[in-house]
Amino acid sequence: MTLGNWLALVVALILAAEAVRALRHRALRRERWRRFFRHRTASWGLGILTFLVIVALAAPLVAPFDPNRQLDIVHLTNQPPSWTFLLGTDLLSRDVWSRAVYGGRISLGIGALGALVAVSLGTLVGALAGYYRRWIDAVLMRGVDVGLALPRIFILLMAVALWDGLPFTALVLAIGLTSWFGTSRLVRAEVLALRQRDFVVAARALGVGTSRVIFRHVLPNAAAPIIVSAALGVGNVLLLEASLSFLGIGIAPPEASWGNMIADGAPSIYTAPWSTLFPGLAIALVVMSLNAVADGVRDALDPREDGGVE
Amino acid sequence: MGGGAWLLRRVLASIAIVVAVVTFIFILIHVAPGRPCTENLDPRVCEQLTRQFGLDKPIVVQYWRYLVQVVHGNLGVSYSLHRPVADALLETIPFTLQLAGAALMLDFLLGLALGIYQAGRVNRIPDVVLSNSTLFVYSLPTFWLALILLLVFGEKLRWFPVGGASDPIFCPVIDSFFCVVDRVWHLVLPSATLGLVGAAGTARFQRAAMLDVATQDYVRTARAKGVPERQIVMRHQLHNALLSFITRFGLAFPFLLTGAVLIETIFAWPGMGRLAFEAILTRDYPLVTATALIASTVVVAGNLLADILIGLADPRLRVHATTDADIVTA
Amino acid sequence: MTAPVLLRIRDLRTYFVTEHGKGTARAVDGVSFDLYAGETLGIVGESGCGKTVTSLSILRLVPEPPGHVLPGSLIEFEGRNLLTLPAPELRGVRGNQIAMIFQEPMTSLNPVFTVGNQIAEAAIIHQHLSRRAARARAIDMLRLVGIPDPEERVDHYPHQLSGGMRQRVMIAMALICHPKVLIADEPTTALDVTIQAQILELLDRLQHELGMAVLLITHDLGVVAGHADRLVVMYAGRVVETATTPSLFARPTHPYTEGLLAAVPRIDAPRARLHAIPGQVPAATAWPTGCRFHPRCPYAWEKCVAQEPPLLDVADEPGHTARCWLVTEPERRVAKR
Repeated sequence: MTLGNWLALVVALILAAEAVRALRHRALRRERWRRFFRHRTASWGLGILTFLVIVALAAPLVAPFDPNRQLDIVHLTNQPPSWTFLLGTDLLSRDVWSRAVYGGRISLGIGALGALVAVSLGTLVGALAGYYRRWIDAVLMRGVDVGLALPRIFILLMAVALWDGLPFTALVLAIGLTSWFGTSRLVRAEVLALRQRDFVVAARALGVGTSRVIFRHVLPNAAAPIIVSAALGVGNVLLLEASLSFLGIGIAPPEASWGNMIADGAPSIYTAPWSTLFPGLAIALVVMSLNAVADGVRDALDPREDGGVE
Repeated sequence: MGGGAWLLRRVLASIAIVVAVVTFIFILIHVAPGRPCTENLDPRVCEQLTRQFGLDKPIVVQYWRYLVQVVHGNLGVSYSLHRPVADALLETIPFTLQLAGAALMLDFLLGLALGIYQAGRVNRIPDVVLSNSTLFVYSLPTFWLALILLLVFGEKLRWFPVGGASDPIFCPVIDSFFCVVDRVWHLVLPSATLGLVGAAGTARFQRAAMLDVATQDYVRTARAKGVPERQIVMRHQLHNALLSFITRFGLAFPFLLTGAVLIETIFAWPGMGRLAFEAILTRDYPLVTATALIASTVVVAGNLLADILIGLADPRLRVHATTDADIVTA
Repeated sequence: MTAPVLLRIRDLRTYFVTEHGKGTARAVDGVSFDLYAGETLGIVGESGCGKTVTSLSILRLVPEPPGHVLPGSLIEFEGRNLLTLPAPELRGVRGNQIAMIFQEPMTSLNPVFTVGNQIAEAAIIHQHLSRRAARARAIDMLRLVGIPDPEERVDHYPHQLSGGMRQRVMIAMALICHPKVLIADEPTTALDVTIQAQILELLDRLQHELGMAVLLITHDLGVVAGHADRLVVMYAGRVVETATTPSLFARPTHPYTEGLLAAVPRIDAPRARLHAIPGQVPAATAWPTGCRFHPRCPYAWEKCVAQEPPLLDVADEPGHTARCWLVTEPERRVAKR
């Protein structure tokens, strides 16, 4: 780790803290977001996430070595953490820290994109089913039932194992397309409740077109379950990708992903635990932060009135 | 009564879902590139096997034949194992059940206890510590936790074996009490891995459910009647919080079956998940479709069970023979 | 009053901690009144005046983390201070000697237990009745509160009953141990007008049959007019006027009471613009200085801003007190706005 890397890390830390602070200031104006920031865990989660995203984006600045470069296969395999190799080296003498940072790009990227696909699709289907009801609802929800009954790991195993060497996009799509069912149910329930509300009836009475009603009136009020789904979704997709990569059928080496780093380090876990330990902790950290944020959002947007105290 | 008709409809719907899932899997695996024949085999032998198993027929025909076959109770013959699929599955199902069962027990017992305990001491030190701990454990990748547990308890401390379901020399089958203990000993680490992560999730969930109930008006009414605190928690709050717990229960079992693939691989546990994974890699169609059939059946059965249990537990969902007279007089 | 005092409330203060930086909400800020045996005492006021918190404080049902009752307060029941009673003894009072019914009968009943189960619970706890005896008692109570077919109803769940019936069940639940005091917090607010009348009549009848005192809390003057013997008017966490019901309606002394009565539309008077009390109830975190009503009072003068009046006896009317300087300086009662 060079001085430049450390500097970049510190800058990232400061940026993340500042971003959260700035958000907090703007949030103070609106009641609900204030509630979010009252949760210390949620604020920390948001901060950690921001930090990790910045680090992943700034990978070249923060990582001293090329993640796939085998530095010295004779002398430098499985070295413990040191000042040069912050998290040690792995069995092929690659710097674990650099791999973790670049792997973060891949893992976080897949997580975000996969969740995007899943949540978008789920919201669309749920909104349509909840709004139009009757036969559209029946058909779509039967489909969702089937989707929920699909053994997801199986499908993914099949998809990735059978088509050897899936490109990044295909992996994202595969995960996303099998993860939207739960969201659709949540959104449907929310939309069903909202469509009875006066403001929706009023909009329709004014002749507002259906798609406008859905997108501009109904969905913004259904934000809570959607955002929570998204936050949790990123975590789930991340874990899925890690599992697949661990099994050897996700992101293929030498490209680093937190999942396949764990797999690489597994054989030497007894002698050199760091190459397995740190990627796993990284995953745990990200998922933890996402869960904390999801909790905070859930509490903040929960339409629970404070008990009428007289 | 309303109950019977509802049940029938649900069972039919469940069967339909299973059929749909199996169809989907069937199509998927047949559409995927690659043939069951490996490159090592003589191409002529391959051709012969292909014709023997009817793999050269159009997919619709294959599908129909498979359906007919299944309805007659024949799950086919495994290409890679050269034995009837049913036999191969029957061998592995007990192992998966043992693993899932032990994990579930740990999950629910520990999770419920923690959730209730936390709700009784909200925002005090034990609750805060536990909340953060459960958040952490819940966020761990199970396969990573498995490796860590193996490292610590298997290798460093040597308390538990590092793999397998039983001692290969002394206990190839369970024929004595010693062998039962041996099996349990082998079961600890894998089920602990799944169970701990599950328990963390259940604890978080149950804590939230209990707290949600605690702010309800009827709890205040019970307090105003002079009901002792413990009875309020155990009777009024728990009963209501359990309603959501039951739904979770119904959904948890199938999840364990499919999620066990990774754990079974790491611990070399001879369960269904590992079998299915290998079947996929070797394009063993009958085995793959059969495991999908079982997995989806368990999922819909679990959902059905959860719905039935909730219907029994929550009086609001029961179909009552209410008459107009109920509502007329105030 | 020749009847004995059942409940003596002196200087009750219940404060709430609010989210950062907003200060303490002094919801009940020095409330004192007496409840005599056999009477119905009405506590009236707008939302935010502290009447519900007062009623919750009596049985110590105020949620402890945000709220707390200040040490100097006194709530004396049969010689014991309820606020310092140890928990087991307090539980013996709740539901047994002092009972409470709430505003929302649907959410106040546990959805997973039968109606009979919930009614019988208090009898089982306090009077140690067997399940069978308690159930029989519950059926009797259902009959007493006027629910038809009580033997069948006793096994029904709350969601199977209408709003009026649920409130009757709440009343049955509260009265099964024949408490000496019934606290009714807005018992009819969530009900239709016709049902309201029925429930209030039921309460009247039960009060006479069982000989208990009733603390009736409401914002609706119409409710208290026909059913309360004495009235306490609350505003901004304080009692501002106390009187017998006829006195209060005939001669409202405090300008707030005057305003409340004037705001009621009259059938018998020619149609005129509805009178409204100008302004709004201030926030409990920042009560005005001096007399708390002065920003909205048509008669206020410098003394009102400077000094909060104590409860002063109104001349020629025993038992009628008002927290207003106009009692000592009646000539100032000239509308300025």
